[in-house]
Amino acid sequence: MSETAERVKKIVVEHLGVEADKVNEDASFIDDLGADSLDIVELVMAFEEEFGVEIPDDAAEKIATVKDAISYIDANKG
Amino acid sequence: MRRVVVTGLGLVTPLGADVETAWANIIASKSGAGQITRFDASDYACTIACEVKRGDGTNGTFDANKRVDHKVQRQVDPFIVYGIDAASQALEDAGLTEMSEAERLRAGCSIGSGIGGLPGIESESIVLYEKGPRRVSPHFVHGRLINLISGQVSIKYGLMGPNHAVVTACSTGAHSIGDAARMIAMDDADVMLAGGAEGAICPIGIAGFSQARALSTNFNATPEKASRPYDVDRDGFVMGEGAGVVVLEEYERAKARGAKIYAEVIGYGLSGDAYHVTAPHPEGSGAFRSMEMALRKSGLSLDDIDYINAHGTSTPLGDELELGAVRRLFGSSIGGLSMSSTKSAIGHLLGGAGAVESIFCILAMRDGIVPPTLNLDNPSESCAGVDLVPHVAKKRKVKAVLNNSFGFGGTNASLVMRAI
Repeated sequence: MSETAERVKKIVVEHLGVEADKVNEDASFIDDLGADSLDIVELVMAFEEEFGVEIPDDAAEKIATVKDAISYIDANKG
Repeated sequence: MRRVVVTGLGLVTPLGADVETAWANIIASKSGAGQITRFDASDYACTIACEVKRGDGTNGTFDANKRVDHKVQRQVDPFIVYGIDAASQALEDAGLTEMSEAERLRAGCSIGSGIGGLPGIESESIVLYEKGPRRVSPHFVHGRLINLISGQVSIKYGLMGPNHAVVTACSTGAHSIGDAARMIAMDDADVMLAGGAEGAICPIGIAGFSQARALSTNFNATPEKASRPYDVDRDGFVMGEGAGVVVLEEYERAKARGAKIYAEVIGYGLSGDAYHVTAPHPEGSGAFRSMEMALRKSGLSLDDIDYINAHGTSTPLGDELELGAVRRLFGSSIGGLSMSSTKSAIGHLLGGAGAVESIFCILAMRDGIVPPTLNLDNPSESCAGVDLVPHVAKKRKVKAVLNNSFGFGGTNASLVMRAI
């Protein structure tokens, strides 16, 4: 697992209060991890803080799975 | 009018995060006061408070993980966490955690708070100032709103009846129970979770109450001595935190299901001082009228009241005026009753106070013992002839009780309950 993936996973576990082994890369935040739309806003904020990236609203709306988040961060972090 | 009884109790207090631990410590004359640990208060005029002790749930410590979802804990202020926990305890005690849909349509919540999410308002304001609007939590609003204990509890247990939240400063807990009892009496619901919570031990909370000259500042070195209602050396209240919630239930329903019935709510009085935002009316007229209304509605006579849990916050003015109002109302009957302030032990829970203290009243009836007023070393002159239960709890007959709560804005509430 990449370093980005590990850090993303840690944030997801902490914010959503889910078991770490449920947070695989194909997991959907809403369908598999019990998040609601506000939880996703909060996760995106946490990713922005952790990785020093800016995730604009239109990009945030496309982040549905753990993998989506990791890919966006890897492509955009400084 | 339908009769309303109490069938479940829940407490989170500085002296224990469950009913029996808190009550045992109250009766044992323990104090929940200490130095503030939530933040560095060493520069503050008041450095002490009665904090809820967090822990793993043993020895009366508060383990939020036991009854409050992890995600909810992260999103909301402490007062909501305390409120959800106390409400859950009360429903468990009443045996009503698994109600049918038909029952849940007739079950509601009336759990308020005096100030609500002050710590979160403070910390997110700092985030806004330092990092800008895009860093403010999306849970900021609903994690701080006062009606979100009732909201969260209704979601947790599927309660679809009235969803209400009183905000009347330090009278909140008593008004919450009184209003909810009326909802049952008026046939709006059959079961109501009612009470109040507070969690405002944070820099802006302590600074604000200090600046209002409401907090004790002379006992920073001996925190357990600071809350001393009716004592000549009292100099302000000690901030407490926590929650108290009761299950109120329509009497015939409670009887039919064989519920454990703690008490009946028989009188509720409300009044306004119409005088000053923080100072009580100089003749205690609001307090008098609130108590008088509650007693009149109860149908009891003055001699029937065995115990008064006083508002008694340990402020120089307030204690005296309440005592004067009690004296005028009760006249010669005052000799037969005991009156104490449990704020001497757990501090002032503000919006939670009236509910927590109503629970202590109920337990006093259950066990035939009245809790003490701690630190009452030298009673004020005006205390003569009144049993203020100094220092130690006292066994006595307790069949009917009166609970007083008075709040900023000149808002007063009194409840009368009796054993059945």
